[in-house]
Amino acid sequence: MSTEQVATTPEAARHPERLLTAERPPIRRPKIRWFVGSLNVYVKLLIVYLLVPVAIMIVYSFNKNPAAATATAPKVSFQWQGATLDWWRQWNAVPDLTTALWNSLIVAAISSVIATIFGTLIALALVRYRFRGSGALEMVMFLNIAAPEIVLGASLLSFLVVLNVARGLLTILVAHVMFNIAFVAVTVRARLAGFTRELEEAAQDLYADPWETFRRVTLPLIWPGILAGFLLAFALSIDDFVTTNFVAGQTITFPLWVYGAVKVGIPPQVFVMGTSIFTVGVIVAIANIVSARRRSPRHKRPSGTLARA
Amino acid sequence: MEQHLRADHPVVAAAEGRTRLGRRLAPYGLIGPGGLWLFVFFVVPMFAMLMLSLETPIPTKGFVQGGYRFTFHFAEYAQAFTQYHVQFARSLLYAAVVTAVCLLVGYPAAYWIAFHAGERKTTYLFLLLLPFFVSFVIRSLAWQFLLADQGIVLHTLERLHVLPFGFHIMGTPWAVMAGIAYNSLAFMVLPLYVSIEKIDRQVVEAARDLYATGWQVFTRVIFPLSIPGIFAGFLLTFVPAVGDYVNAAILGGPSTTMIGNVIQFQFLQGQDYPMASALSFILMGILLIGILAYARVLGTRQIEEYV
Repeated sequence: MSTEQVATTPEAARHPERLLTAERPPIRRPKIRWFVGSLNVYVKLLIVYLLVPVAIMIVYSFNKNPAAATATAPKVSFQWQGATLDWWRQWNAVPDLTTALWNSLIVAAISSVIATIFGTLIALALVRYRFRGSGALEMVMFLNIAAPEIVLGASLLSFLVVLNVARGLLTILVAHVMFNIAFVAVTVRARLAGFTRELEEAAQDLYADPWETFRRVTLPLIWPGILAGFLLAFALSIDDFVTTNFVAGQTITFPLWVYGAVKVGIPPQVFVMGTSIFTVGVIVAIANIVSARRRSPRHKRPSGTLARA
Repeated sequence: MEQHLRADHPVVAAAEGRTRLGRRLAPYGLIGPGGLWLFVFFVVPMFAMLMLSLETPIPTKGFVQGGYRFTFHFAEYAQAFTQYHVQFARSLLYAAVVTAVCLLVGYPAAYWIAFHAGERKTTYLFLLLLPFFVSFVIRSLAWQFLLADQGIVLHTLERLHVLPFGFHIMGTPWAVMAGIAYNSLAFMVLPLYVSIEKIDRQVVEAARDLYATGWQVFTRVIFPLSIPGIFAGFLLTFVPAVGDYVNAAILGGPSTTMIGNVIQFQFLQGQDYPMASALSFILMGILLIGILAYARVLGTRQIEEYV
């Protein structure tokens, strides 16, 4: 703020009582509009910056590489050498990488289903019941989310070392369920907290047993939350590097393989797979947003003070 | 009224008695599987790590699996600290710089999306989150592409004589911090957005009606009301940044080793489990103080709201 601008500030600002009699000078809007406009540009630039690595991944999955014909695992070069669909056609030409991708998909699918079930049950318990030990459970969940991943991985590895358990796909699965439960529980709880018990009570008044009430009233209501929790768990699992690296042993997942290949050179297939995962993820997310929007008019909560009360 | 009448009925009373017991036990049934999983694979391992950190290797067996004895030996901690305090300090410094940069860069964006994006709020948030659909390792890799000496950015700038030849970013602290900041930005923007979005517009309008300048509206209304979001963003950015080692491994060099790299190396290559466990525990301890202080001030629910 320069002194000039301060000087133009109306006298009345410092003497609010004069407002009652004096005519209110106009509030300076144009300046705000200019400021907001430049912020808009800023946000757009920021998004461009954030999307640069995404663009690189997609573009390099189409980069032609002359060494391709001879090398078994052609490396990506920095120079752009023309477009090709070769890598998309030979997406599974690097066997280890393909195995790693399958491992990732299997672990993500199974672990996110387990974590979703367990997490949803925890969310139900925390919202619907008051019970001894809920505080401790919340603290454990909070620590689980807040602790750095390296500590999660390191402690689980310590545990496996102490018990002398062999590391592999199963230990990865166990670890992924472990770090996903709390995320799912928090996501589902956010959804569950928005509903009153009235509908469930109505169902019970109509002689629905608890299971029927859950299946036909509670479950449909919280389904979007469960779905969101599942998708989050799946995304966290398929992308996990740090924890997995500790408990994987000789088993390789997609992020582990890519990390291992950084020093040696990255075959373009990595970008093909990365782009595929990205595309599927984006489509699912958009579908989720669209379907949530379509649902919203019916479930619209009252706005204003009523909703806040 | 009706409830009183019904409760008097013997059949209803009996059923209520049964459900009351059911209600007492039901939550434990619900949290059972997940709670047990968290206990066995999260809480217990913490103690396992504590135990490991207090062991000493049996000299004859060396650093191989099983060659340890539980000796309640604290020396490992002292040694861990003297040997790796540089890496600890470096990790904390990088994380602090990254958090500050993310706050400065992210705040205006969060503010604009919350207050001025109108109906396109969801679209902008979605675009901010788009990089997360790309694998974390690939994102760091892409920055390696960009920042490499023969990469797109440096090569072009050198050819245009903007930068002197031989200028490089890879392997410097800047590259590592840029990589971490890139990955952390959304974790800062989202909680900020949530907290700014919650601010009642009428309060802002009131400030403007009272002739507050734009700057005053910000410093005296919007900023104080967004402090919970800043705390949450700090936690979500700083804690992972301190423990990060992937960016240091991919974008850094020998002079940018972070404590995460040391822990990872000691656990997986060095197999010096007591030392690695002690390091993890010191790291956890440092961060735990911050995390718990935070939980004390704002409650655990608050952070979960922003996750």
